[in-house]
Amino acid sequence: MQPDKKGYFGEYGGRFVPETLIPVLDELEANYRVLKNDAAFWGEFESLSRDYSGRPTPLYDAEGMTGHCGGARIFLKREDLAHTGAHKINNALGQGLLARKMGKRRIIAETGAGQHGVATAAVCAKLGLKCIVYMGEEDVRRQALNVFRMKLMGAEVKTVCGGSRTLKDAINEAIRDWVTNARDSHYLLGSVVGPSPYPRMVRDFQSIIGKEARKQIKDKTGRLPDYIVACVGGGSNAIGIYHPFLKDEEIRLIGVEAAGKGLKSGMHAATLVAGSTGILHGTRSYLLQDKEGQIKQTHSISAGLDYPGVGPEHSFLKDSGRVKYVAVDDGQALEGFRLLCRTEGIMPAMESAHAIYYAAKLAGSLNRDEIIVINLSGRGDKDIDIVAEAMGAGL
Amino acid sequence: MSCIDDVFKKKRKKALIAYVTVGYPSIEATIKVVPMLAESGCDIVELGIPFSDPMADGATIQQASFCARQNGTTPKHCIELVRQLRQEVSIPLVFMTYYNPVFKYGIEKFCCDSVEAGVNGIIVPDMPPDEGFELETISHKQGLDLIYLLAPTSTAERIEMVVRRSRGFIYLVSVTGTTGARESLTTDLGELVTGIKKKTSKPICVGFGISTPQQAEQVASVADGVIVGSQIIKLMQAKDNFKSVCGFVKELRQAIDRAWSS
Ligand SMILES: Cc1ncc(COP(=O)(O)O)c(C=O)c1O
Repeated sequence: MQPDKKGYFGEYGGRFVPETLIPVLDELEANYRVLKNDAAFWGEFESLSRDYSGRPTPLYDAEGMTGHCGGARIFLKREDLAHTGAHKINNALGQGLLARKMGKRRIIAETGAGQHGVATAAVCAKLGLKCIVYMGEEDVRRQALNVFRMKLMGAEVKTVCGGSRTLKDAINEAIRDWVTNARDSHYLLGSVVGPSPYPRMVRDFQSIIGKEARKQIKDKTGRLPDYIVACVGGGSNAIGIYHPFLKDEEIRLIGVEAAGKGLKSGMHAATLVAGSTGILHGTRSYLLQDKEGQIKQTHSISAGLDYPGVGPEHSFLKDSGRVKYVAVDDGQALEGFRLLCRTEGIMPAMESAHAIYYAAKLAGSLNRDEIIVINLSGRGDKDIDIVAEAMGAGL
Repeated sequence: MSCIDDVFKKKRKKALIAYVTVGYPSIEATIKVVPMLAESGCDIVELGIPFSDPMADGATIQQASFCARQNGTTPKHCIELVRQLRQEVSIPLVFMTYYNPVFKYGIEKFCCDSVEAGVNGIIVPDMPPDEGFELETISHKQGLDLIYLLAPTSTAERIEMVVRRSRGFIYLVSVTGTTGARESLTTDLGELVTGIKKKTSKPICVGFGISTPQQAEQVASVADGVIVGSQIIKLMQAKDNFKSVCGFVKELRQAIDRAWSS
């Protein structure tokens, strides 16, 4: 679906940002509108997606996992094999090309797990753009490997010590930088959140996942899947794979959020499952907030899902019932992680492991002639320390 | 005519507007300092309702908001505080807050309770006029002035929209950036104000980054009012906080009056 003129998906979306940024968003939107119909721009995006990012990523028939679960046939959309190790490269590449066209030579980004930061650092190195990445102190600690990767590619990583020291605070700080330097800087936002036009623009760049998957599943099985399962942090990998299937009402779409230490504990990041409507980071959407409208602290074992907001289009899809949102806790996600390691020899990102766990349970309850596609949004190398710590195994 | 309009209609002087974060360093301190601000020469006081994610604020106000929230300051407390202040203070009081706390409180109820307690206006930095219709309709009905902001990046078209819809005054952000003290202000501030003045007779007050009497004087020579926040918050941290805040405000007052008489 397309948002309305003001960037709303139903009642969600909009532009709740300081006046300083409104003309900047207008400029971005105007440029994007032109490029959206510019064949040369998309030609470059596609050619770099192929030769730089390694697309199309495979759709893999996960026989080992299927056999283990004993039910539906499972396919994995292998975003873990994309350059820099996650789907984040699709959006970073698209916006990087856009920024270059707009003549903005300084790129600001936020990162949680570090995957978006690494993807942005890579694209900036490739396109010759200056790159500043904001990252919460807690995430710098738990994703140390990615911090080093970013620095190797020439990015400046700025540690954010305010608030909960995670993704939410990194976004606050990135917005502050952007308000200050908007004339020469582009904010390369990493998910389908934020003020319009970001939710739609990021989705357009990520929907390459779903377009490929649609063709691949038809080629491999002669039909469309019955279920598509993806993890939801801000929601970009999920919307990316859902989008080309939204109109196929019979396909069930499932979004898996982080239940952290359990929904009852209050220490989770299940925004759509347990949140309510509010305004954060420039958009009206579901939020985790207290009764005073203050944003709650979140928790998830995976930094990329540890965020109290979610993209406005997801809020719309939840209310409309088109997508079902569920939550998987830290322990279950670890189980999902180990399951894929052992049955397939593939180490998923902890974010993706949430989707793996849910899909594994789902597969077991279905018939063998049914098909599930899981969006394996990233690879797990970055999470080794956390997994080892959680399993009590010293490295 | 609203109570805020009165400040500017007097025309004897330029307005001095002070910002404090409610609950910083404590609720009691806010109750004590606001009457002092009025006595020392402020014409309007902005009361910041602390929010967990103040994206338009620099380090000083972020830290004050964090501390105020640690002290348990809620929107309800802020409204209650105004009710209490009204026994002593007659100058206009304006709430400054992000949209989510207002939204969550209930827009209608927030405006109603605020007006009833004695609040005269509201500034919501993350709500541009494009998104403001609901709050605008309700606040006006209740008699609360919704003050919109302009920035150095605002286009001619946006300036027209903001000057048409802003009530009380127009809040001109002096720099492209967040709140917080700065060494120097936008060099073309005079031009900016003159440009806006061509389109409206509503008062224009300038804020963000003003931290010295010299800067206040410079701003007062072109605009109708000067807004000072972070520097006051900084002084609130010090030991002799009330004394130094009052001293600073008096200096600002003199500097602004100097600009007016020259
Ligand atoms: C591998 C991976 N998957 C998922 C996410 C969550 O983001 P989104 O919901 O936008 O796909 C992240 C974010 O860092 C990630 O790195």
